[in-house]
Amino acid sequence: MPRFHTPVSLPSGKQEHAAAATTSAAPHIELRTSKFSKYVDVVFRYSLLLCSISIIAVMALFFYELTSRSKLSIARFGFGFFTGSTWDPVAGDFGAMPFIYGTLLSSLVALVLAVPLAVGVAVFVTELCPRSLRGIISFTVELLAAIPSVIYGLWGIFVLAPLLRKYVEPWLGKNFGWSGLFTGPMYGIGMLAAGIILAIMIIPIIASITREVLVAVPQSQREAVLALGATRWEMVRMAVLRNARVGIMGGIILGLGRAIGETMAVTMLIGNRPEVAKSLFAPGYTMASVIANEFSEATDDLYLSALVEIGLVLLIVTVIVNACARLLVWSITNGHSARNNA
Amino acid sequence: MPSVSRPVSLVRRLTNFGFIGLSILAALLVLAPLGAIFGYLVYKGIGSINLAFLTNTPRPVGEDGGGMANAIVGSVMILGMGSILGVPLGIGAGVYMAEFGHGRFVNLVRFTADVLNGIPSIVVGIAVYALVVLPQHHFSALSGGVALGIMMIPTIARTTEEMLLMVPNTIREAALGLGIPQWRATLQVTLRTASKGVITGAMLAFARVAGETAPLLFTAFGNQFWSLKPDQPIAALPIQIFAYAISPFDEWHRQAWAGALILIVLIVVAVAAVRVVTSRGSMANNA
Repeated sequence: MPRFHTPVSLPSGKQEHAAAATTSAAPHIELRTSKFSKYVDVVFRYSLLLCSISIIAVMALFFYELTSRSKLSIARFGFGFFTGSTWDPVAGDFGAMPFIYGTLLSSLVALVLAVPLAVGVAVFVTELCPRSLRGIISFTVELLAAIPSVIYGLWGIFVLAPLLRKYVEPWLGKNFGWSGLFTGPMYGIGMLAAGIILAIMIIPIIASITREVLVAVPQSQREAVLALGATRWEMVRMAVLRNARVGIMGGIILGLGRAIGETMAVTMLIGNRPEVAKSLFAPGYTMASVIANEFSEATDDLYLSALVEIGLVLLIVTVIVNACARLLVWSITNGHSARNNA
Repeated sequence: MPSVSRPVSLVRRLTNFGFIGLSILAALLVLAPLGAIFGYLVYKGIGSINLAFLTNTPRPVGEDGGGMANAIVGSVMILGMGSILGVPLGIGAGVYMAEFGHGRFVNLVRFTADVLNGIPSIVVGIAVYALVVLPQHHFSALSGGVALGIMMIPTIARTTEEMLLMVPNTIREAALGLGIPQWRATLQVTLRTASKGVITGAMLAFARVAGETAPLLFTAFGNQFWSLKPDQPIAALPIQIFAYAISPFDEWHRQAWAGALILIVLIVVAVAAVRVVTSRGSMANNA
């Protein structure tokens, strides 16, 4: 263990001299060390405590600021804010329905596309692929998470959207137009494009958590099922996926949380039109993108307040979603790793 | 073993092959966008990066040339300010959770950190706007730094904690047994032992916020001109890329690609540099 080689720096000079001078009187040593350093210890401990408190303080401040700044809109529209579908800054009439719809639909599309792929990759990496490939594939998938949102958006505008417009959307329209999901003019940019880019962005999250959970499944479970004559697929289905399903669910919910709050790439690809349309070809608008687009232009107080209220809804929803996901994932992995460390 | 010769039924074998095929397909489909994005980024960006792009400020529409020098410097400034705020707070919180961490309070901090980590960056932007920009009465580089710093705290705190928990207790006991006060034992022995992982965690947090655009939209705001003042709006690479990408001008699109390539390179270089430095440190220790 190389860790042990890290130089353990002895307290230089001072205390050794102190020890040498008073070798016979042990209590004196304690007194010498305790006077100054106990004081420092207390300061040290409390400053670290302050750092921890800052995390909770930030969270509390966020809630406080967003609630107090959206009071105006909450008082004016009440619950109707969530059901109203007009968004008219000039008339001062604000309803967030189209944005909520857009956020939900784009996240749903993203989940439908991302979940099978992410779980597939995780299963491939942990159960099937040769050891030498393992590191490379998980590193590459994690690289996907390091790409900034704005670059996904850039790529989406200039590569993905034209691709959708020319090839994918006409094909979908021809073969699945009857479902009503793939009709209307094909711009390339729209709900489908936003959903696809979101899927690419949340795959790393779901995949890495799924991988963690799959690794936590005890090897003996796999061996037991294989010993009964199961094929690889039967082993994965019976021993691995069944044991890991709660954790995978947690990963999916975490991915959902990310999709709901994702801003830049979606703003660049969804078309930014506050409408409720069934077709995935149609442009839409999400809660995060309306804030990004209009916040710095909002001049009057009510307009600003309505935008902050959307932010508050986003905050509450993502806090709930993340809390659920964390509890699920913790119930599987954290207890395990904490026990290892103890 | 007589039963070995009994063949696995065709349906089961086919299902198995189908499953393996689908997993491989999933892996390929996930890796494809990564290749496509990086490939396209290099292909589009490399031709537009030249000395002028790196040294000039943006030109008005219609004029050729111009660059993103102010945005690059601005990004570095905001990130520097963010790190000054986020790294010490994050590491401090992480050390507290790992070293003094028992009981409900620490669990609450841990949980809050994880939840804070998942809050949309645009919400951080609004909150910092209300907290810093409104009292100041104008957009500023400082507020951008605060937004990014806040986003770094939970990530750094959690990785620091995890890394410290991996340090064997015997090392702590050995240090304390030598009569070193707790604070020195924690800083100079425990934290130092875990320093590689802690630095890597800080770097990952840095890389994550380096590309953030949403929290900067109404804090740093962006700026077409040179500015190094912390209390004035400042340009940042991600904002500039965003503004250029959604503009209708080809020249600006070209520059957006170049800016995106620079941003990615900055992120990768920052992460790789830390990898190299920390791994060299450990090699020296092993030798």
